[in-house]
Amino acid sequence: MDKLICKCGHENPPGTVLCESCGRPLNEQEQNKQLADMRYEGTARRSQTYNKSIIDKIWNFFSSVKVGVGIIIVLLIAAALGTILPQKQYVPATTEADIEAYYTDIYGSVGTVYHALGFHDLYNSFWFIGLVGMLAISLIIASLDRFVPLYKSLKNQRVLRHSSFMHKQRILAEGPGDAETLKKAEEKLTDLKYKVSTDKNGLLAEKGRFSRWGPYVNHIGLIIFLFGVMLRMMPGFYVDETLWIREGETRAIPDAPGYVLESKGFTLETYTGEGEEEKFGEAIDRVGTVAKNYQTDVVLYKIPEGALPGDTADMEMVEEHAIRVNQPFKFDGYALYQMDFQQDELKTMSFALQNKETGESRGDLTIDLVNPETNYELEDGSVVELLGYYPDFSGFENGEPQTATPLPKNPGFLVKMTTPDTPDGETSFITIQNTVEPLGDNDYKLAFQGVETRDASGLTVRKDRTLPILGLGGLIFMIGVAQGMYFNHRRFWIQQQADGSILLAGHTNKNWFGLKKDLDQVTEHASLPAYRDQQEDMEAQEKREGEQLT
Amino acid sequence: MTLADISSNLLYVAFIAYLIATFVFGGAVKGNKKGTYRSEERWGKVAITITVIGFLAQLGYFITRWMVTGHAPISNMFEFTTAFGMTLVGGFIILYALYKTAVLGMIVLPIALLIIAYASMFPSEVSPLIPALQTNWLAIHVITVVIAEGILAISAAAGLIYLLKVVDQKKKSKQRFWLEAIMYSLVLVLGFVVTSTFFTLTNYEADFAYVNKDGQPSEITYNMPAIFGMNEFEPMTDGAFTPLLEMPPIVHAGKLTTVLWSVAVGTVLYALIRLIFRKRISEMLQPFTKNVNLQLMDEINYRSIIIGFPIFSLGALIFAMIWAQIAWSRFWGWDPKEVWALVTFLFYAAYLHLRLGRGWAGEKSAWLAVIGFVIIMFNLVAVNLIIAGLHSYA
Ligand code: HEM
Repeated sequence: MDKLICKCGHENPPGTVLCESCGRPLNEQEQNKQLADMRYEGTARRSQTYNKSIIDKIWNFFSSVKVGVGIIIVLLIAAALGTILPQKQYVPATTEADIEAYYTDIYGSVGTVYHALGFHDLYNSFWFIGLVGMLAISLIIASLDRFVPLYKSLKNQRVLRHSSFMHKQRILAEGPGDAETLKKAEEKLTDLKYKVSTDKNGLLAEKGRFSRWGPYVNHIGLIIFLFGVMLRMMPGFYVDETLWIREGETRAIPDAPGYVLESKGFTLETYTGEGEEEKFGEAIDRVGTVAKNYQTDVVLYKIPEGALPGDTADMEMVEEHAIRVNQPFKFDGYALYQMDFQQDELKTMSFALQNKETGESRGDLTIDLVNPETNYELEDGSVVELLGYYPDFSGFENGEPQTATPLPKNPGFLVKMTTPDTPDGETSFITIQNTVEPLGDNDYKLAFQGVETRDASGLTVRKDRTLPILGLGGLIFMIGVAQGMYFNHRRFWIQQQADGSILLAGHTNKNWFGLKKDLDQVTEHASLPAYRDQQEDMEAQEKREGEQLT
Repeated sequence: MTLADISSNLLYVAFIAYLIATFVFGGAVKGNKKGTYRSEERWGKVAITITVIGFLAQLGYFITRWMVTGHAPISNMFEFTTAFGMTLVGGFIILYALYKTAVLGMIVLPIALLIIAYASMFPSEVSPLIPALQTNWLAIHVITVVIAEGILAISAAAGLIYLLKVVDQKKKSKQRFWLEAIMYSLVLVLGFVVTSTFFTLTNYEADFAYVNKDGQPSEITYNMPAIFGMNEFEPMTDGAFTPLLEMPPIVHAGKLTTVLWSVAVGTVLYALIRLIFRKRISEMLQPFTKNVNLQLMDEINYRSIIIGFPIFSLGALIFAMIWAQIAWSRFWGWDPKEVWALVTFLFYAAYLHLRLGRGWAGEKSAWLAVIGFVIIMFNLVAVNLIIAGLHSYA
């Protein structure tokens, strides 16, 4: 395409609407407009200039604000749909089949459809992530399309503009002036913190140009943020593990090589409603108990480098710490959070090996429910062998006992008991409520004696190396919006024609009210001719015509 | 008087001041027959003074309550919603200072009154903070959000005034229908306030046993005669009104009962208004907008979103994420409340981008601003009370 040569002699790149130098409209459409479209200063934007190749078409698609708004609205509706029923991570089921069953059981056919459409995991669905990707592409392309020409144009602004440009500005004043007018206007404008440049018979006063970059700065912030979110899918950037640790236990911290944690105990405090807390009495009476503190006291150890895995003999204590809600324990890029707890978790169970008929006991055994042994030998030579252990027994499937979780909530034991009386051994399946003897009647049974309990803490182990990137993105976004929203770009062009008369045009990208307030002051100080708002005039005109029609 | 009494009395003072100011603003607007604005300005000054007194009283309530509870008073439905009423008035005062529009006060103040009245229907005793709320981020995050929402809501008020003026009340149209629907929904809120107050004053209480959605036996207290019963309900109070209909376990029949009572009473109120005045409410308000400068209303609509949007982004997304990272170990978890903050953010972003193009200023922007307020209210009311999540205040 050819360069556009303006009447003033300036060569403009193809696609320019208003001459870069004098501001004359360069095409017929623009000439016929009453007001110039000043959003991008009439510069040549790629998307408005080329539309041939497939690349042009893609570029134009993504740089369109209509498309951008379309993406935002689809995203908004999709996000809202995902809140109708809980997302799968908030559902008390773990396997896919259980999750599906849960939606149907609790929400009926609505739940079935919701699950079938994939809405139970909407935010991880390919189409949702795809939409966010399109948003990012659109942000980048639309910003480049506008920023580059806008930057060039504002940098090379001329003071003197053609009168056709002046007349197409929304704020316009024409009328007589005197020898002092320009000087006085300059004085007042400088007072009002405008940057004034002059050229022959004209002046350009400008304020707040930097606010024009606001949208681009905030878009960059958003892109950095989205980039950070993407990065967390890379290995090593993000750790999300759960560590269940019991009082007195020492465990390796998952995904934090070399670190070992000991729990000194878990504390749950509730509000008493007494003393200092008396003021809360009424609320506590109404709702029952209110939790005040969840806390796990821990000790962190480090295993020296070079030690064999699992060799904890030489580990060194690093720090003692209390982990509470809102007060995670941070070390070496990791953070441990108090997320969950289990009070009075079963620790051990004791049984007596009894003859069912006589009730005579052959001795006691105690099973550690976290690390059970396989053989328990009693003093008189009897042996109880643990054939199977199901910490959270949930029923039989194909004749096999099942466990729902690895936590000892409802232990089930498959045991073989051998005594001098019964050298071949007897098999029995024991749970808290009952005993099954799958291979016929036994002579012996394990009689329940008692349990020991302790508290367990559910900690989240987290490392997130993307946080600084996300923070930077958020900060840049906020700077950008503040820059674009709380400041605006105001300009006045004033020219004194050969006959001494004054021609003034004003423009702002936002807040015409503020611009007019400035202009009122300048007008008064420099006795400028009265200005008019051409857009208001146009609207009033349209309204009058509309009224005449009806 | 204890500090707690002073605090609640200050809230009454604020309520009454707003009520008086509403009428003075109305009179200022109505008195401006010739459109000269001189009497409007004079009465407007009186009205804004009363408004500022009310605002200071409410600020006093807020500060003294903070002293009493020991934490920022924004931790439950009552506290948060009253604070929203306060920031709404605060936002109005800022925009009045800029634009001197009495008609805006005539619309904003009654809405603020409704919001505060609505808030007072929730338990207002001082409540202790659960561990997740025991941090300064509670104050930082929630106060920023509530300020932003107060300012954003002003744009809806300006939009509403715009619509009251431009929507033709003589011709049947979608616009006329939806505008009246907004008025009707405001009356429904009044219906809720009236019903709740009535049954609270009469001390209505009925206990029921029921089976919850996890199959566990539970109990519930109704404060209004139960129209809907919970799943497998058994009355525990003698002589209580027997529910007409039993609901499946996922429906909270108690809340549904409250909704139905409010809608019923609100509809009766609305029907009475229509019968007595023989006009739609929007039609009755239209004469007040005779001298309204439409361009100014559009400017206020846009300006309040421009001021509110950055504050909302900061409070509802950035501060929210920082706190979520500290309290819940992840800055974002797609919890319903988080999602609705994002929806609100995206909605106002769409508004700003639409306004870049021609043809979206004026009436279309006015509708958008009203929809924005509906989204904010949905997040405040429905997401808190119906869609249960980590944030649930109920
Ligand atoms: C959630 C995503 C987005 C946010 C939060 C956002 C935010 C903003 C904000 C605050 C402004 C300033 C508006 C004003 O000054 O009135 C703006 C301007 C703009 N945005 Fe976005 N934006 C987003 C996505 C997009 C997308 C997808 C596009 C793609 C077309 C886009 C294109 C533009 C354009 C062209 C401008 C005007 C630039 C100018 O006036 O110089 N934005 N954006």
